[in-house]
Amino acid sequence: MSEAQQNICLNMPLLPKDEEGPVFSEPWQAQAFAMAVKLCEDGYFTWQEWVEEFSQQIKKAQAAGDPDLGDTYYLHWINCLEEMVAAKKMVSLGDMQLRKEQWRQAYIDTPHGEPVLL
Amino acid sequence: MGQKEHKHHHGHDHTEPPKDPALRVKALESLLVEKGLVDPAAIDEIVEIYETKVGPRNGAKVIAKAWTDAEFKDWLLDDATAAIASLGYTGRQGEHMKIVENTDDIHNVVVCTLCSCYPWTVLGLPPVWYKSAPYRARVVSDPKSVLAEFGTELPAGKKIKVWDSTSEMRFLVMPQRPEGTDGWTEEQLEELVSRNSMIGVEEALNPGEV
Repeated sequence: MSEAQQNICLNMPLLPKDEEGPVFSEPWQAQAFAMAVKLCEDGYFTWQEWVEEFSQQIKKAQAAGDPDLGDTYYLHWINCLEEMVAAKKMVSLGDMQLRKEQWRQAYIDTPHGEPVLL
Repeated sequence: MGQKEHKHHHGHDHTEPPKDPALRVKALESLLVEKGLVDPAAIDEIVEIYETKVGPRNGAKVIAKAWTDAEFKDWLLDDATAAIASLGYTGRQGEHMKIVENTDDIHNVVVCTLCSCYPWTVLGLPPVWYKSAPYRARVVSDPKSVLAEFGTELPAGKKIKVWDSTSEMRFLVMPQRPEGTDGWTEEQLEELVSRNSMIGVEEALNPGEV
């Protein structure tokens, strides 16, 4: 485990994990996890910043009625990741939304079995 | 040379999009990659560390139960979706499962281009090679040599059937129960059922290989 990954395990007490490290219930969660780790390792934000934003996201979700029982953990994670990336002026939230819809349409337009491309 | 048979479900002129969070992750990654802010290989490298830590891996339990319980096996072959759900393992997107059974005459292999068509609710995260274009193309055109690369040599004359998963139908291979396992418990048998044996690129492990 890299230093950044160890930091997450130490600083994110609710992170779903087993004795060896993080566990994920769906593939996209591992992808979102890996992106945050990589951006942090590359210095785009610090773990301190990540942890602060993450706790903001959880507060926001709870205020909106999320019982926050652990099953929404990675929804907070992706919310946090998008906000961080936008706050650091890497990609705007509008561009993310647009791209998401482009991907959705690309799936719908692609015959099954063909690679999905934009 | 083993004969091959390529089963494909026709009539699917689109691909079911992944769920919203998965699309958001895909959108963000593609934008960051385009801007040169992340290297997709570096992301894959981190994900691979956790390859065995994604999703439930209950497929081996399903197979071991079928090996020891004839009634369950019949049900599983007849209606895998319901039989698997009875153990508490349900797909989240309403996909149907079909179990294809290896026999003395037939060896089954599963393929699909998209990770959304991998039965990850029972097998966990798809391995990187499963998603690769070369695997998909070659397992259809020359399954025998692909199996050989996994160290799988089938007896001469055994037919290889290749099953192409779709968003509606996901296949899982039931490997043959290894010899020398009479009287084994389900828990012991589970250890012999590797992920690769349920994709069909390998056979179940032998008792000496655990």
